[in-house]
Amino acid sequence: MAAPLTLVLIVAVTIRAVLFNSSLAELISERVEVVSPLNAWKRVVEGLALLDLGVSPYSGDVFHETPLIIYLFHFVIDYADIVFMIADGITAVALYLAVQDYNKGVFRKQKYALEADRYPHDCLELIRTPKEMYYIPLKVALFYLLNPFTILSCVAKSTCGLNNAVIALFILSTIKGSALLSAIFLALATYQSIYPLTLCVPALLFLLQRLYIPVNVRRPSFWLFTMQYAFMFLGSLSVIVCLSFFLLSSWDFIPSVYGFILSVPDLTPNIGLFWYFFAEMFEHFRLFFICVFQINVFFYTIPLSIKLKEHPVFLIFMQIAIISIFKSYPTVGDIALYMAFLPLWSHLYRFLRNIFLVSCVLLACSALFPVLWHLWIYAGSANSNFYYAITLLFNVGQILLVSDYFYAYLRREHHLTHGLYLKRRDGSEATLVLK
Amino acid sequence: MGLKDGISPSSEALDAASRWEATEVDLNTVSYNGEKAAENLRDEAAEMYDSAHQLYNDQFEEELVIRPLHSGDIYSSFQFRTRWDTDFFQKGKKVTDYRLFPKSLGQVITKFSVRELHISFTQGFWRTMQWGQPFLSAPPGAELWVWFQDTVPDVDGAWKELTNVLSGIFCASLNFIDSTNTVQPSASFKPLGVGNVTNHKFLRYAVLPREIVCTENLTPWKKLLPCGSKAGLAVLLKSEKLFHSSFHSQAVHIRPVCQDWQCTSTAWELRQTLSVVFDLYTSGQSRREWSLFKMFSRTLTEACPLASSSKIYVDVTDNSQGELFEQSPASPILSQAVVLGDRRTYSVYDLLTPDTFGTPRSLNIQLRWKTSDAAAGLRPLLHGERYVAGYGLQTGEIHTLIYNNHPYRAFPILLLDSVPWYLRLYVHTLAVTSKNRENKPSYIHYQPSKDRLRPHLLEMLIQLPPNSVTEVTVQFERALLKWTEYTPDPNHGFYVGSSVISGLVPSIVAMGTNSTQEGPLFSSFFPCKEESTYFVRVYTEPLLVTLPTPDFSMPYNVICLTCTVVAVGYGSLYNLLTRTFQVEEPSPSLAKRLANVIRRIRGVPLL
Repeated sequence: MAAPLTLVLIVAVTIRAVLFNSSLAELISERVEVVSPLNAWKRVVEGLALLDLGVSPYSGDVFHETPLIIYLFHFVIDYADIVFMIADGITAVALYLAVQDYNKGVFRKQKYALEADRYPHDCLELIRTPKEMYYIPLKVALFYLLNPFTILSCVAKSTCGLNNAVIALFILSTIKGSALLSAIFLALATYQSIYPLTLCVPALLFLLQRLYIPVNVRRPSFWLFTMQYAFMFLGSLSVIVCLSFFLLSSWDFIPSVYGFILSVPDLTPNIGLFWYFFAEMFEHFRLFFICVFQINVFFYTIPLSIKLKEHPVFLIFMQIAIISIFKSYPTVGDIALYMAFLPLWSHLYRFLRNIFLVSCVLLACSALFPVLWHLWIYAGSANSNFYYAITLLFNVGQILLVSDYFYAYLRREHHLTHGLYLKRRDGSEATLVLK
Repeated sequence: MGLKDGISPSSEALDAASRWEATEVDLNTVSYNGEKAAENLRDEAAEMYDSAHQLYNDQFEEELVIRPLHSGDIYSSFQFRTRWDTDFFQKGKKVTDYRLFPKSLGQVITKFSVRELHISFTQGFWRTMQWGQPFLSAPPGAELWVWFQDTVPDVDGAWKELTNVLSGIFCASLNFIDSTNTVQPSASFKPLGVGNVTNHKFLRYAVLPREIVCTENLTPWKKLLPCGSKAGLAVLLKSEKLFHSSFHSQAVHIRPVCQDWQCTSTAWELRQTLSVVFDLYTSGQSRREWSLFKMFSRTLTEACPLASSSKIYVDVTDNSQGELFEQSPASPILSQAVVLGDRRTYSVYDLLTPDTFGTPRSLNIQLRWKTSDAAAGLRPLLHGERYVAGYGLQTGEIHTLIYNNHPYRAFPILLLDSVPWYLRLYVHTLAVTSKNRENKPSYIHYQPSKDRLRPHLLEMLIQLPPNSVTEVTVQFERALLKWTEYTPDPNHGFYVGSSVISGLVPSIVAMGTNSTQEGPLFSSFFPCKEESTYFVRVYTEPLLVTLPTPDFSMPYNVICLTCTVVAVGYGSLYNLLTRTFQVEEPSPSLAKRLANVIRRIRGVPLL
């Protein structure tokens, strides 16, 4: 299995290296779909230039990266291309290993269930075979590395690639069962962009499941482990934040990074829902709607974790997808991360309702983004509404994709307990509905 | 000695007569009887003035400089100076007794503890390459810079209030000055008066490039003059003519100056300047001639009775032999002054001498050109240009070109750029090149912008190589603003104030370094520290930059549509989270249900 992965890595690195050295690199790095004010490479360079001029990078409103990113690129600014390629490689390998481990676990569970004869007899079609599961880790790596979104994001040197690597390492360490590393990487991801905070619930659920601790509020062992994990997470988060403070000896980065993410002052167009909404917002409603939109990202965590408490990895996928749809400055790099998980759910394919429509919408929107941007910004023959319309459609597509996978997952679970070919009371073939 | 202009008219006349033998001076011209009475009145007024001057220690001078420009235009520059030997900030004593100094400004100085105040309103752009260097330059629109006393605790608060007060005094939109267009230059704007506070914490500088200057700004400006527009040179300032010109700039400068050459105590100086460029060449039926009447539709009949000096200077440097134009009435006095590094010759009309007005008691200076071809002027040594490069509404590049036209001397200049926050400058793209080589600035002061709070401030000290063009480029990104932040005509674009280029330019002739020495007002504004250089401030063009705009007509639609998408997300997840899968039992059809209702009534078993 290592050989195909190496081959994929080599192909991915070659594509990236070719693009880095072509004239397209500059064009890509200016695209608003690929870079946002939060992670644009131009702004990282600007921050370093400000530091060289003796000005705090956070005194202006151009630089919004965390101090650790400055510190990192302070040393490797000349090898930035390589750093971003390595980050993509790390993400792919981490996802590969994590998925491999997870699949082993899934297969083991399935085997026990089969031995205990827990599945209805007509569900054999739904049972996953080692043969189909064998290539899933490779497909995940392939989906991440050769996804055009990832390639664009890497060539634009969007620091989103680094955040993805941290999240992938967090998933890997969670699935491998290392609570400490999981907490550290989660703290790092949270430190980079706040939103991954919601991933602590699925991680906790997974680790509890792995240790056979039931999720029960009356059990002290549950509370003990939860406190342990929370302590590790908060401890490493405070260590990272204090380290950042000592790097620049000022707290300026807190309003400049987290205030910027949460209050959305920069309305540069992107593929998200925030920019045009808040450009057109009435001033006295702004605060209210900012709260509503930001809560939207965190809001789904609790109901989702109740519903999916037996399936923490699917919960991670759902959370990452929701973050990338509803975050304030989304880029295609964020989408690439959750899309890498799609091969993992390939067994849900038969229950997806509108995958064809959704893929068409996503493909058409991806093609229309640059077209309508050109018409608005350069040709002047369209206005902002055109670009806005396409961002709306793109987000509707993403929402349908995610909810479709959620539906399919729940439906498969339902079939696994109630049988695949359900009958009505009168014996005729039944259809399943949500009630 | 750079300045040879005497103080008293008689000594000057004699002095001039001895030097310029060609000029006929007849001081013994017989006055007509009718004028005698006026003369006596004038003498009385002068006596009164002298006694008042003793009492109040203030004096008022007015002057008008007329310079024919090489392009064929006429540059007229008025300067009115009020000097008051008083201290506004004496402890325990409030200045209440105003005579020549305008009370409104005096109160402003006292209330806001202002050390220096410079304000200018300009309509049109000064074309340095065609017109040469002006005596006092100003950027298009309104410019205000103020040094506060170092005792002011809350400079920003004082600045905010001061701009609002000045807005009222000058009937201008200075109240639009807020933190988003105010900067604190670290080096470009040094105090011009005496004093040793150079901490730029107490300096505020703002430009409103879009400010339109018109009559309503001129009227309050004229009201600050001791004689108003009733007498003296201010009679000429009629708005219907002044605003029918290529360039109009009016300014007020208040600063503390030395009372005498020892500088033991300070006096307050108020300079009101007004510059106007008329294009008489094209409007004068293709004949190149002008007169005071043609320019201002008025002639002069008297000096301001309160003025201790009232003079008109006509630049005749190019016409030393009278070969270019003919001047009438011929001036009896010639004077030389070193101004902007060049020795110029002026013929002087002293309005305090009754003979100047001639017999009908009306002075209408006329210049009639003999040839129609304009002479090629000297190129100004320092010159700046600016433009925006790039296309589309996403990014752009500001190019500033700075010309050093000196054939063999390099000199340093300070470039100040204040760019609004919605053009996000990327300082790492800053490039300074001269003669195709990188010219690294020896000093850079950069303050990045804060969204909706403060603008970018970029100050650089650049050494300009001789005979070169230095290009400063910096890239920017155009921000999308909230729909309420756009100006009423957003597609017109946004103005970016002029860059300020301040430099010490090598002088051709020795400059006078004694600032207390009496000289024509136009030559004595910027204090001169060295003989070999003189100070010049050049303003570049303001920029007009278009920004991407949202659709202003559909805030409701956008709010509805975006909320719908969020609701689709919420709805579909809510649906899946709260409902469970169930086998669908077919519901009986409507006809069957109706039949069952009837059957139930009839008491028959149901279908």
